[in-house]
Amino acid sequence: MAELAVDKHFKYILSVEKNKDSFESVVMDHLRMNGAYWGLTALDLLGKLDSVNVDEVISWILKCQRESGGFSGNIGYDPHILYTLSAVQVLALFNKLDVLDIDKVATYITGLQNEDGSFSGDMWGEVDTRFSYIAICCLSILCCLDKINVEKAVSYILSCKNLDGGFGCTPGGESHAGQIFCCVGALALTGSLHYVDKDLLGWWLCERQVKSGGLNGRPEKLPDVCYSWWVLSSLIMIDRVHWIDKEKLVKFILDCQDVENGGISDRPDDAVDVYHTYFGVAGLSLLNYPGLKAIDPAYALPVDVVNRIFFSG
Amino acid sequence: MDSREDDGGEPLSRMAEWRDVTPLPQDDGPNPVVPIAYKEEFRETMDYFRAIYKADERSPRALRLTRRAIHLNPGNYTVWHFRRLVLEALNADLDEELDFLQRIANSNSKNYQLWHHRRWVVERLGANARAKELNLIKKILSIDAKNYHAWSHRQWVLQALGGWEDELDYCQQLLEEDIFNNSAWNQPCHEFRDSVVALRTSDTDPLGPDLSMAICDILEHVDSLRASYWIWRKNKLSVAAV
Repeated sequence: MAELAVDKHFKYILSVEKNKDSFESVVMDHLRMNGAYWGLTALDLLGKLDSVNVDEVISWILKCQRESGGFSGNIGYDPHILYTLSAVQVLALFNKLDVLDIDKVATYITGLQNEDGSFSGDMWGEVDTRFSYIAICCLSILCCLDKINVEKAVSYILSCKNLDGGFGCTPGGESHAGQIFCCVGALALTGSLHYVDKDLLGWWLCERQVKSGGLNGRPEKLPDVCYSWWVLSSLIMIDRVHWIDKEKLVKFILDCQDVENGGISDRPDDAVDVYHTYFGVAGLSLLNYPGLKAIDPAYALPVDVVNRIFFSG
Repeated sequence: MDSREDDGGEPLSRMAEWRDVTPLPQDDGPNPVVPIAYKEEFRETMDYFRAIYKADERSPRALRLTRRAIHLNPGNYTVWHFRRLVLEALNADLDEELDFLQRIANSNSKNYQLWHHRRWVVERLGANARAKELNLIKKILSIDAKNYHAWSHRQWVLQALGGWEDELDYCQQLLEEDIFNNSAWNQPCHEFRDSVVALRTSDTDPLGPDLSMAICDILEHVDSLRASYWIWRKNKLSVAAV
């Protein structure tokens, strides 16, 4: 079996910033904050976070904070809940949450909760259970989850539960592994996992594994390395991960590596990108691949980072 | 072809129309964390966009500029946001906006910003837009029958503007083309829901204990990826039988 090419991936992630001719770079301009989270968290899991200049990162992140308290994807863009979570997560990686005016961030997020308990992504009102997870995860990291109406948030998420035990983006929306991660994660962080039918959902999730060992996101779709995270973390949170074949999944992820140039792609032989590199490494971490730091399935941050938030000082 | 918005695609710095504007370059700071490589056209368009955005200029040329920026990077949510402000300020023809969205939909069918913008437009057009919108979504689904965004948008249109009466026939047609289309099964038509509920067997054992056990035994070997699941399922059956 192939091995994880740690050094190649480390160099690849660092090179994403230096590659001036890549199409990937051009289209990622507005979501650079997400890119920073994927790259830096992957580096931390690989044990290489100290190769980054912390002060430069912090300074850039703070420049992305807007009047409203929310963070934008990059300097000069509008704030959005997506980039607010990534900003907070990156600050947590570096143990620099203290640079934040926590009330300001909390006010931005609580302002995005709607009457029915759902969350909008920004002032334009798009609603999606992704944003419920983001709000809950972000405020939980900042230790002020009580600022939102948790009960209503949970009841909205439950209204998105389908007959197959899965969850969609909005009530009635088709079950999808990404949305399931968000809903299960949010329920985990609010102590509400008892509302999940774990056997039913566990079955739906373990059915995502296909012959190649990879995982897809919905029935009859192709496998993709990012589902190694969305499906796997969900299975772990509901304690059903033993229902998939872990060894075959490890092999699938390793087959998605570009062992020459570094990086991981969505499926074998496709082009790599930093998003799939992160999810591949995070998936391997969840599968206890040797040499990687442990990652928390609900917070999507290294376990030592989560422990530091809740158990020190 | 929307000729009012088609600016011909020349470099902005060479267009007379843009002579009065000083483009604003991106400020990444001295040592950017994830510095992004810029192609020249992209760089120039975004520099002009930043200038217009900062000046909050909600003009016809601003509308054309947002279209150019969207073509270069349809994921840029700030450009979409500003386009909505300009459309409102100009009291623009939203039917034409829907047509524009349809022209770029096929190459951007999984773009969250495009779908959200489309919903914003349809909300303003109201019930008159329903038939056209349901038809447009069908066209997208005819290319990618499982597109999650298209289905999610379709559900919203049906819920907001009605039209459920014809939905069952449409789903049936899709399932005739591909019985495995999970999205078509998911559409909440009441007839479908009842069938799915009847098929749920996680708590019941409709086949009789011996047959169920035998099936679990076989699947444990044939569906080896999920062997652990089938062993658990078999054990659950024997407990229930006691």
